[in-house]
Amino acid sequence: MQEVQITVNGLDRSANVEPRELLVHFLRDRLRLTGTHVGCDTSQCGACAVNIDGKAAKSCTVLTVQANRSRVDTIESYAQGMRLDVVQKAFQAHHALQCGFCTPGMIIAVHEILRRTPDPTEENIRHGLHGNLCRCTGYQNIVESVKTAAAELRSKGNRDDAQLDRS
Amino acid sequence: MTRNWTVVELAGEAIPGPYIGRSMPRREDPRLLTGHGKFVDDVILPNQAYAAILRSPHAHALIRGIDSSRAKAATGVLGVFVHADVKESINPITPTWRVADPLITERPVLADGRVRMVGEPVAFVVAETIQNAFDALELIDVAYDPLDAVVDEEEACKPGAPQLFSHIPDNRALLYKVDGGNYGKIADVADHIVRIRVVNNRVLPSPIEPRAVCASYEPFDDKLTVYTTSQMPHMHRRWIAENLNWPEHKLRVVANDVGGGFGCKMHFYPEELLCPFAAMKLGRPVKWTETRSESHSSTTHGRAHVEYVEMAVRKDGLVLGVKLDSFANVGAYLSNMAVGVPTFNCASQVTGPYKIDNFQARAHIVLTNTPPVDAYRGAGRPEATYIIERGMDAVADQLGLDRVEVRKLNFIKKDEFPYRPYDSPILLIEYGDYAGCLDDALRMIDYENWISKQKELRNKGRYIGIGFASYSHFTGAAPSSLMGLAGFDRGGWESAQVRVHSDGKVTLFSGSMATGHGHAITFAQIVADELQIPIEDVDVVQGDTDRVLAGNGSYNSRSVANGGSAAKICASNILAKAKTYAAEALDIPLSQLDYEAGIFRATGEESGETITFARVARFAALAHMKPEGITPGLDETYFYDPTSLLHPCGTHAAVVEVDIETGFVTVLDYVAVDDIGNVINPMIADGQLHGSVVQGIGQALYEHVQHDTAGQLLTGTLLDYALPKADQVCAIKSEFRVNPTSHNPLGAKGVGEAGCVPGPPTIVSAVCDALKPLGISHIDMPMTPPRIWTAIQHAVSNQGGST
Repeated sequence: MQEVQITVNGLDRSANVEPRELLVHFLRDRLRLTGTHVGCDTSQCGACAVNIDGKAAKSCTVLTVQANRSRVDTIESYAQGMRLDVVQKAFQAHHALQCGFCTPGMIIAVHEILRRTPDPTEENIRHGLHGNLCRCTGYQNIVESVKTAAAELRSKGNRDDAQLDRS
Repeated sequence: MTRNWTVVELAGEAIPGPYIGRSMPRREDPRLLTGHGKFVDDVILPNQAYAAILRSPHAHALIRGIDSSRAKAATGVLGVFVHADVKESINPITPTWRVADPLITERPVLADGRVRMVGEPVAFVVAETIQNAFDALELIDVAYDPLDAVVDEEEACKPGAPQLFSHIPDNRALLYKVDGGNYGKIADVADHIVRIRVVNNRVLPSPIEPRAVCASYEPFDDKLTVYTTSQMPHMHRRWIAENLNWPEHKLRVVANDVGGGFGCKMHFYPEELLCPFAAMKLGRPVKWTETRSESHSSTTHGRAHVEYVEMAVRKDGLVLGVKLDSFANVGAYLSNMAVGVPTFNCASQVTGPYKIDNFQARAHIVLTNTPPVDAYRGAGRPEATYIIERGMDAVADQLGLDRVEVRKLNFIKKDEFPYRPYDSPILLIEYGDYAGCLDDALRMIDYENWISKQKELRNKGRYIGIGFASYSHFTGAAPSSLMGLAGFDRGGWESAQVRVHSDGKVTLFSGSMATGHGHAITFAQIVADELQIPIEDVDVVQGDTDRVLAGNGSYNSRSVANGGSAAKICASNILAKAKTYAAEALDIPLSQLDYEAGIFRATGEESGETITFARVARFAALAHMKPEGITPGLDETYFYDPTSLLHPCGTHAAVVEVDIETGFVTVLDYVAVDDIGNVINPMIADGQLHGSVVQGIGQALYEHVQHDTAGQLLTGTLLDYALPKADQVCAIKSEFRVNPTSHNPLGAKGVGEAGCVPGPPTIVSAVCDALKPLGISHIDMPMTPPRIWTAIQHAVSNQGGST
């Protein structure tokens, strides 16, 4: 067992974990943050994406001990109470989710795309979503929502949303 | 602009009706977007234990012995169960749909001395933690005597093939026959016989949420609760109760949020029995969650047919008759609907939108040493459409005719409806404007322009193809009497209970089950319109058998058609009763009562007197004064039994580019023209279409479940099984051509499966159109780059040249 200290959604958490424990299980099973999902076991689907120290990462491919002394933000931290952030609002406006299982990982991946490319083309967006599988939507409405979110963030001068500034 | 709707803005105030036909935003979105969904794996019950399953590594083997002593002694292990431990308590699983009296398989929940597929459950381990359970799996020793395995549907029914069951000779559970007219006679006089062999590749439904079950037993009320990823909680309740010899009324099945189903979550699985069994045995809640690689052998597969098609044609392209010999691979055990999908749903439906009077089909239901195959989005109708659309392209190709004209010549004409395909006593198509849909699709894809540019582009070394596919398929299962006739052990009705609370707000309890469908808003739209009250006042409840009385769940695109119609009629019954109370309250005869937008109004002598819907609800709840012969309260239940299957139709078209050096296909454009009847929520209908189209593209280009000849699964993870990604598909333009059905009060035909029915032949048609100058007329799905490249090499060497 190893002791870890991780700041999760702004709160300092510590625990004793087995070295083999995946970060996604630490979040879901120990901290009961079940918004981050497990959809596969080979790192393809992206449903487990979280934000670690300002960057998107697939939490199924991170050992909890690897995240020691890091800041981890999960999907639960993106909205302010029930006030959706720009990306989440765009997803709702464009019907970019159906079953919702891939959605938390998608939201985090979209933030990552926009962090790197504030003015993405359709090709940039689709390429950026390569690591996130959706079986329900066919991706089309997700792509549209990213365009809307990008435009809104640019009009707000980018990064004024505290949720976006992770670095 | 690919989209023809705008979501209705949430202004923070009540949005006035009417609501049907508008893109009202979904209610699930806020919780799903913020990580507050409630999926089965999110359920954490006090004192919960975790289960893992030891699965067979062999496709076919006898079990000589199992030693689980080391596992039982391992850290945290609470129980290790094998067949002997459960056989008195858990009945084997048998199929629900037994069309044409097939030979039946009984599937033990844990292997009974013999395994018939890789992945078959052999032992069930329950432990304190999931790591304890996985660790214990490694400590179970199973001695196998491998047997020869057979995985191919044609090989398995040949003499000498390994037999899976001694009572099922040639591994053939059923030979299904359809006969209309006289094919043999017409073939004798035809100008030409077209013959093709097509494969409908085995695929995985692959919802992103893996299956999961969490069961607990509560001594307080002697009640079993099973959370499971289900598209039909009430059916699961019946099946679990039956197989555990447990009374239905003491079993609660709950499906809250379900992360996609596409058919695979409407079937019945061993884990759904093992978890409640273990929960009762151990006195602890037991949760099992599938890993993705586990799902590749433990959750049902889809499609998996080989079809031999013969078409007797006249020289102008008129199809005089069709003969089909179909081999359907159903895996090692007959799953729920496995027998019906290739037979009633496919073979009987092959003529589709075409007028073909002479039709003969023989469908072989073949068992092999592979995981069970069962209904997957479209369930038989994608296979049927693929057969006839590849056939029509072949007719055009072999007779040197135009693909569009051949179809128009053969379509059922508008004045021939209602139409009985090949004089079938059961099938009756209400209406379909097939030519209209085809024309629209070709216009939207800019067909003429592409055809004229195609040659010029080829001269520049670019191989562009335009493909299309027309379809008519059935939805809305089904009149309950037809379910009975077809050997389907369930009802075809759908239930709705509308309860008006004493404050005037309304709850709809619906037997339909959303797994991403958005019923919480579409059904609210239906009820709010019927009651003429604000949509904010209507709540929709599904998924919990303790809260919803009864239901048949969601499949066959039946939710809006049946569940929605049930809700509408139920709400109208509520309104009829409310009117009697309003008249009583206003002290006027019923004939002098008007109702509009939530207000009852006296029109006669007391003209101008009003009472609101909410006040009437309170009035009925108090029942201080009751209309003659009327009971207190406003609470109605309605079971809607459809009177007919429904027939959505349409045409999809696509433009692709094939890189002949690499075999790589890019989908440049895709259009969908679909007649799904009245559209309740355009945004949601569009979303269903997009998702199903991409599944169709996935089957055509990327997805394939592969086994080696020993039955080992080669596509065991998402590393090998290629689900389409965002950068592998394009945007889809869609149009809904509305011809309402007269068969239900909503006029709706169902949209859920519309995309994956014509999707695959659309893409195949486009690729073959691109490669036509190389002499290629067909490539089997999935048309991966190696397959296309190989086909090009063969074609080119046959032509004796190089590209």
